[in-house]
Amino acid sequence: MADTPIPLEVRNITKRFGDTDVLKGLSLEAHKGDVITLIGASGSGKSTFLRCMNLLEQPDAGDLIVHGETIRFKNTAKGREPVDWKQVVRMRAKLSMVFQSFNLWAHMTVLENIIEAPIYVLGKPRKEAIEHAEALLERVGLSHRANAYPAQISGGQQQRGAIARALAMDPEVMLFDEPTSALDPELVGDVLKVMHGLADEGRTMVVVTHEMGFARDVSSQVIYLHEGLAEEAGKPADVLNNPQSARLKQFLAPKY
Amino acid sequence: MLDLQGYGPRLLEGAGVTVSLAVLSLALSLVLGLATASAKMSRSVVAHRLATLYTTLIRGVPDLVLMMLLFFGGQIGVNVLTDWLYDTTGVDIFININEFVAGVVTIGLIFGAYMGETFRGAFMAVEHGQIEAGKAYGMGDRLVFWRIRFPQMMRHALPGLSNNWMVLLKTTALVSVIGLSDMVRIAAEASKATREPFTFMIVVAVIYLLIASVSEWLFARLQKRYSIGYGEMD
Repeated sequence: MADTPIPLEVRNITKRFGDTDVLKGLSLEAHKGDVITLIGASGSGKSTFLRCMNLLEQPDAGDLIVHGETIRFKNTAKGREPVDWKQVVRMRAKLSMVFQSFNLWAHMTVLENIIEAPIYVLGKPRKEAIEHAEALLERVGLSHRANAYPAQISGGQQQRGAIARALAMDPEVMLFDEPTSALDPELVGDVLKVMHGLADEGRTMVVVTHEMGFARDVSSQVIYLHEGLAEEAGKPADVLNNPQSARLKQFLAPKY
Repeated sequence: MLDLQGYGPRLLEGAGVTVSLAVLSLALSLVLGLATASAKMSRSVVAHRLATLYTTLIRGVPDLVLMMLLFFGGQIGVNVLTDWLYDTTGVDIFININEFVAGVVTIGLIFGAYMGETFRGAFMAVEHGQIEAGKAYGMGDRLVFWRIRFPQMMRHALPGLSNNWMVLLKTTALVSVIGLSDMVRIAAEASKATREPFTFMIVVAVIYLLIASVSEWLFARLQKRYSIGYGEMD
């Protein structure tokens, strides 16, 4: 195991929007099979942190190492930028993201969504991509809607389609950005079930979520963020069942 | 019934000029429009300013004035250039600006500015999450453009494009002032010669209508194609 590079390493990321320091030095190490959940109130920086991992946001400082490859940055007049966008593109293909609002491409069917990046980014033969996609649709329980357009299916189905799209890349790490927050309560369970299954089969995942049950049951590590800092981190049993700070205690307390 | 007094074939020829002029101008204006929209959305200050200058200039000056400026002004410019060439090198050439090319370039330039605004608005209407998903899956700028932004933009652009096309089609009538024998000019000649303006203008109006109807049908088909996936729940 010592030879295999760590799928994702993030060191001391900082990010500032205007006058606000959103991230004040966050780090994370996702080893193979880890499920790391990021929790915290809205505005704590958890989504921004996740989006820095695939450079949808450019961190102002800090290191990003994907599968042993360090992303190189340079400082320009407009701020810090990656030196080589091809490197970024290559790195993004190893990390697939599941978005809060699904973001399935609206002009493609569910199946077309899933085969798009494998064909055009990874260069997979179309036939192979379709076979893989069909297997993935089966697994997320969406085979019967393969030829539907995103607007024709429910949010929960869209999100399961989006998870299939993410899996089709055979990613090193899957990034989930509040995958159930935009769903009606009765649809959340199906999506969580699929994610649970992925964790069980040893997928490496970083999950931003408000689902404490999921965090407790599935994650290998929980990080509680507050105002851009990791206030508490550790095994879910410690962090969630035995919170140290008053703030985390209050965050976890029932709201009604 | 309708007696075109022998002008029928020439009118038809004129209609051919009108259609080819319109189609070529459309092609040029689409290319210019896409370039303008990209320039306006780019982070480069220079590109942005140039594009703004272009659209402001073109949209602020009447089409007829632009056409004459470009055609006659262009001819004077070319003459000055060839005179200078003769004076300095002794090479004697004469270049005559072709009316058809001048027409295509002028109309293309004019409508490029309008197309640019149409495209820009349409690009901005594409949901940001759609583009972000492309980036997140390892697509470079080119792939994101051709696979996601362009097809999604077209749905928003088509109503504006079809509108621009209709106006463009009718703007081709202006090229008769620079001496191009389009349908309108031939009809005007025939009207004068036969003193039956009504006959010829009605025919011209009907032909324009016909072209417009066919294009509307084509645009409706395109609209349908680019609206795929935006329907209601089935």
